[in-house]
Amino acid sequence: MRGIDFCEAIREAMWQEMERDPTIFVYGIGVPTHAKIFGSVKGLSERFGLDRCFDTPISEEAMTGFGLGAAINGLRPIHIHIRVDFLLLAINQLVNMVSTFSYSTRGQVKVPLVIRVVVGRGWGQGYQHSKSLHSYFAHIPGLKVVLPTTPRDAKGLLISAIRDDNPVIFIEHRWLYWAVEDVPEEPFTIPIGEGRILRPGKDMTIVATSWMNIEALLAAKILSRTGVEVEIVDPRTIAPFDDTLAVESVRKTGHCIVADNDWVDCGFSAEAAARISEKCFGQLKSPVTRIGFAQTPCPTVRCLENEFYPNAAAIVRAVESKLGLKPMDLSKEDFCSHERRFKGPF
Amino acid sequence: MKNNLSLDLYRQMYLIRRAEELIVKHYPEDEMKTPMHMSMGQEAVAVAVCHALGPRGQVFGFYRSHAVFLAKTEDPEQFFGELYGKVTGTAHGKAGSMHLAAPDKGFMCASAVVASSIPLAVGAAFANKQKRNGVIACAYFGDGALEEGVFWESLNAACVMKLPVLFVCEDNGLAVHSKREVRQGFKCITDVVRHFEGSVYQEDSTDVEVLYGRALEAIESIKSQGKPSFIHLKCRRYLDHIGIAAEFDVGYNSKAEFEEWFARDSVALQRKKLFSDGWTEEMLADEERRIDARLEESVRKAALAPFPAPEELYRGVFYERH
Repeated sequence: MRGIDFCEAIREAMWQEMERDPTIFVYGIGVPTHAKIFGSVKGLSERFGLDRCFDTPISEEAMTGFGLGAAINGLRPIHIHIRVDFLLLAINQLVNMVSTFSYSTRGQVKVPLVIRVVVGRGWGQGYQHSKSLHSYFAHIPGLKVVLPTTPRDAKGLLISAIRDDNPVIFIEHRWLYWAVEDVPEEPFTIPIGEGRILRPGKDMTIVATSWMNIEALLAAKILSRTGVEVEIVDPRTIAPFDDTLAVESVRKTGHCIVADNDWVDCGFSAEAAARISEKCFGQLKSPVTRIGFAQTPCPTVRCLENEFYPNAAAIVRAVESKLGLKPMDLSKEDFCSHERRFKGPF
Repeated sequence: MKNNLSLDLYRQMYLIRRAEELIVKHYPEDEMKTPMHMSMGQEAVAVAVCHALGPRGQVFGFYRSHAVFLAKTEDPEQFFGELYGKVTGTAHGKAGSMHLAAPDKGFMCASAVVASSIPLAVGAAFANKQKRNGVIACAYFGDGALEEGVFWESLNAACVMKLPVLFVCEDNGLAVHSKREVRQGFKCITDVVRHFEGSVYQEDSTDVEVLYGRALEAIESIKSQGKPSFIHLKCRRYLDHIGIAAEFDVGYNSKAEFEEWFARDSVALQRKKLFSDGWTEEMLADEERRIDARLEESVRKAALAPFPAPEELYRGVFYERH
C-alpha cells in the first residue's frame, strides 16, 4: 500500500475504470483545460483522447440531460462540476428527468450516470461557492448520494458509483483533497449504502458527514484527554441511508450528535436524528443533538465565516453538555489549521 | 399506380386519428384518469418524421406525444393499457399519457415539463456517434419549447459537437392558450437557427408526403454534413391544450381559423390522394375496418386488464436486472 491523497484517489479510480471500460467518458465545464479540476482529471484527456474527456458549453441543464441521453444509450458518463452550486442550474434535469427515467420504464433501462461535484469552503468562497446540498438530492427518489471523507473511501466509492447502473451524485469537499491515506493500488469497490466506523468509542456517538468527520476526529482527540471516548460513524452514503451502524452505536453509547456539513433545518441531520429517535427511543439518555451551518447564506469575510461553520470546538462543547461535564479549557487548541492552509482562490 | 409508402403513411395517420377519437368517445366514462394532451390535427408531422427516421431512429418526445408514440411503436395495446392505468401499459399505469415510453421501439421518453427531453436526444446522439451505428436521435418538441433556455443550450451543444441529432419543432402556434405574439421576441425561428452550425428546413404543408420528403432531406443532411438539422413544421391543434373538448372563440381559437385548417386536414387529404394512386373506396374501407377492429380490441382489452398490484409502486425506482 502507498499513501495518496483524496484527489489522486479520485483520479486513479477514473483512470483505472476508463482503462477497463471504453464506454466511460468524463466531461464538464473546463474538464480537459490546464487546471484539470484541481488535478483530479490530470492525464485523462492525453491518455483517453478528447472523445472520452472533453470540455462543454456553459450549459449545466443541457449537459445534464446530455449525460442522461448518453447513459440510456449505452455509455457511462461522469459529469463534473467544480462547485455543487452550479448543479442548481440542472435541478430540472436531475429531478424531473434523471431520477424518473428508470421508473418510466419499470427499471428496464440502465441509467449509469455519475455526477461529481465539489463543495467549496474558505478564502471567501461566499454564498454561491460553498453549498453542499446533499440533502436536496437525497430527498429525491431515484438518485443515489455519496459523500466520502477519506481517500480510500473516495476511490472505492467512486468505482462503485461508476459501475452502478443508476444515477449517483458524488460529493467531494474541496478541503478533503489534501487528506492522505494508504489506498490499495488495485481497483476495489466499497458498496454504496454502507457506512463506516471512523473511530470507535463508548461514550458518545457522532454521526458526521464529509468535512464534519475531520472536525469530529479532532474533537474526539481533544476529548479523549479527559477520558471521554466518542464513536464516529460516517454514513458515506446518505441515499440510500443505511442507519444500522448509527443505531447500533447509539444503543451502546446512549447519546448521539449528528454533525452535518450542511444547514440544520430540514437537512440530513433531521433525517438521521429522526431515525435514531425512532429506533433508539428507550436507550437514549439525552435527546439527539444536531450541529450544522448557521441558518444564513455563507458569508465571504473570514470572521463571519468562522461564525457560520461549526467546528471541533462546537462538537466538544456539545459532548460536554450532553454528558454533564465541566467545559474544558480549549484556549490552547488550534481549530483553524485548515482555514489558514487554504489560500484559494478556488 | 399503387404506392405502398402513401398507404403506409395514411394507415398510420388513420390509426392515430381513430385512436384519439376513441379516447374522445371513452374519456367521459372516467376510466382513463390521466391528463390527455391530444394530438388530433398534428398526426401528419409525427407520421412523416417517424417514417423518415425509420425503425432504428430514437425519438424524445413531450407530453403531447400520442401521435409520435403511435407512429413510432404502432402499438395501441400498450398505449391504451397505459392510458387505462393497467398492467398491459408501458409502465403498468405509472406513467400515463404524459410519460409514455417504449425505448425498445425507439420512443425513448416523454417529459411533462416543456423542452426537458431535448438535451437527452443530444446525449443519445453523442452515444450513437461514438458507436458509429448510423442511428439518428430526434428531439421532438412544440413551439413553446423555443422559449426555454434548455432548447438553446441543447441546439448550441449539438452544433458545436457536430452530433447526429434532428430537432423537430412541431409548431401549432399555441403554448397552452397563449399565442406566439405574446411569447416570442423574434420574427422567425428558422432565421435565428440558420445562424447556428446546422442545417435548417421548414414546411407548412398538411400533405404528409411533402412533410416526409422534408424530414428525409433533413436526415440526409445530418448524415452527409455530419451536423445537426433543425426542421420547423407548421400544424394545427384541433382540440384544447388539455382534455377532449374543442373550444372556440374564447379568445385564442377562432372557429373560422380552425375551419380553414380543417379544409386541408392531413388525414382526409391523404385519403383523397390515395384514390388518384388507384386505391378504391372499398379497398380503403377494408384497411380502415382492420385498423378500427384492432383499436377497438385494444380499448376493450385495456378496460378489462387488471390494475397493478400494490407492490408495483416500488418497482423500477432503480434499474432492475432481468
